Amino acid sequence: MSSVPQAAVLTQEVEPTPGGGGADKSISANRPSWRNLNFGPRMWVALTIIILIVLLAEVGPFVYPYASTLKVGSLYDEPSAAHLLGTDNFGHDIIAVLMNSTRNSLLNGLLAGTLAVFLGVLIGILAGYVGGWIEELLMGITNIVVAIPSIVVLILISMSLQHTNIGFLKGIGGLAFVIGITSWPWTARAVRAQASSVATREHIDIAKLSGARTPSILIRDVLPYLASYVVMAWVLQLASAILAESTLSMLGLGPSGVDSLGIELHWALAFQSVSTGAWWAFLPPTIILTLISFSLLYLQSSLDEVFNPRLRRGKKKNLAAAAARRAETARKLAEQNEKVEVLS
Amino acid sequence: MGLRRYLARKTVWYLGALVVAVILNFLLPRLIPGNPVDVIVSQLGRGGLSSEAQQRIYADFTRQFGLDKPMWQQFITYVVAIFHGDLGKSFANYPTPVNSLIGQALPWTLALQIPAILLGWIIGNVLGAVAAYKGGAWDKSVFTTSLVFSSAPYYCLALILLYVGAVVLGAFPVGGAYSLGTSPSMTWGFIADASTFYWLPFMSLLLINVGGQAVGMRSMAIYELGSDYVNYSRSLGIGDRKMTTYIFRNAMLPQITGLALSIGAMIGGALITELVFSYPGMGYLLFNAISSSDYSVIQGVTLIITVAVLVANYLVEVLYGFIDPRIRAAKSGEK
Repeated sequence: MSSVPQAAVLTQEVEPTPGGGGADKSISANRPSWRNLNFGPRMWVALTIIILIVLLAEVGPFVYPYASTLKVGSLYDEPSAAHLLGTDNFGHDIIAVLMNSTRNSLLNGLLAGTLAVFLGVLIGILAGYVGGWIEELLMGITNIVVAIPSIVVLILISMSLQHTNIGFLKGIGGLAFVIGITSWPWTARAVRAQASSVATREHIDIAKLSGARTPSILIRDVLPYLASYVVMAWVLQLASAILAESTLSMLGLGPSGVDSLGIELHWALAFQSVSTGAWWAFLPPTIILTLISFSLLYLQSSLDEVFNPRLRRGKKKNLAAAAARRAETARKLAEQNEKVEVLS
Repeated sequence: MGLRRYLARKTVWYLGALVVAVILNFLLPRLIPGNPVDVIVSQLGRGGLSSEAQQRIYADFTRQFGLDKPMWQQFITYVVAIFHGDLGKSFANYPTPVNSLIGQALPWTLALQIPAILLGWIIGNVLGAVAAYKGGAWDKSVFTTSLVFSSAPYYCLALILLYVGAVVLGAFPVGGAYSLGTSPSMTWGFIADASTFYWLPFMSLLLINVGGQAVGMRSMAIYELGSDYVNYSRSLGIGDRKMTTYIFRNAMLPQITGLALSIGAMIGGALITELVFSYPGMGYLLFNAISSSDYSVIQGVTLIITVAVLVANYLVEVLYGFIDPRIRAAKSGEK
């Protein structure tokens, strides 16, 4: 089914586009459709930061000579040529620990954020589309879970998890699971509101008349209308899951036996790195956390501008470019008309 | 009629949430293998008690905490105690009541949070509104700065402020809330001493609040500035001054809600800030309780955080029922 539009996009991409400098003047029909999306400079800034951090976390450990579990020095060795950011309280190389921590924190965010969005969309879409007693029940649960502060549930559950004997639940996976199952309600609420408005549209009636089953309607006819919202919610959930992990870890409820940005800060505080002036122990995780949070929120707000053009405030340059494009199209159209007239 | 139904519905939901929260608060710590008495006895054991004496104490404590009774009976005891305002006794600092531990910690948190939230709200709203109204370079600089402050995790800013203010510049004390050797009292000397410890944590919370409020107010005001009623009133020739009051009123409603909600969330809102500054509030208490497995203190703190949030949210919903006519109309079915 979906191979047709993909093929179309591919063939469009293969077509050569006029040189980079003249991109603004080219007619929009010649460009692949995604290039017509109005990605602002903010989006590029956010994406660049995110990609750099992901590279640091995913590629870094393969390139960097020290392992994060290797003891290479003593308590808070100062930065040196061999260890650019010195060592932490265990004598591990900070850069190695930082890369590993970032990797685990991102993994946690990805797992927890995806789980939260999945649950939120599932519950919201069911409640919004099906309605009736299912809606009452699901929204009842949502209303109750929304009202209880999630930090409280997180503290209570992760406290219990620390004492289980199941290895999975004690690690990043378990923490991500807990964060995921406590942070879906906002997404569910918003998705329900949109799904119930989509449910009244005519194309749903047509789908029903042509005999589509409910699951297929939900996935093919309702979900695509929520896609922009779901993407934005996912970005937000990613950010909040990463922050929730670091909050819990700093309180002493983090995953055991693994590095994460929160765990790193936890140890930095426990070993008085701030008051002893060992900036290399706490500043790197602080900066990475800030960058992750900032770039994800920035990405979300720029996505919002892409999806809701009303939020864009007049960018004169873009407006001028658009006017130029329109003038160009009009001119070509006029030329064509002239040709047609001449031919006839 | 519509209002009464709306209020009844909200009351039912919030009571439901409270019941669920209390059950979770009771149940989850009890799922942990082993029991809290082990903690107390193991601490007594460090004092070098004989195993026989330990055994006796163990049995005694088990009876005292009611751990030999079935679960449902323990739950009833727990709920009855809560309604009497009794949060039980600390396991780690037995027999100090949890109430008095929280009583010592809560004022520090409130003293930090209430001024930071109120002042941050006022400054943030003014900045946001001006940014939206003026636009241009002013808007860009205010918006970007606010976005950075509001999207940075609050404890990251706290860490950086602590390092720069206390360690690099040496202008402020490194941690704690008052000098060693003094004890909290309402004398001028003590207040002057405590205020030198106050500035850094206060500033870290204030900046975050200003940033968040400014971002929110800016987008609300921009939305209102472009709305139909503004364009219509402009075309009627209503002056800018009059218009600002209209816009202001409409943009304020969500901001007031935000204020009420953040006051409700304030106890749990700065847990890590207190940790970073070793400030003896609720966050610090919670941290110490977690590291010493002091479940009754943890339960007490989480219960207070929950109740504060639920009460604030409930009051906001009730207030909305009274001041926003759309809610009454929507719920009673007349569009």
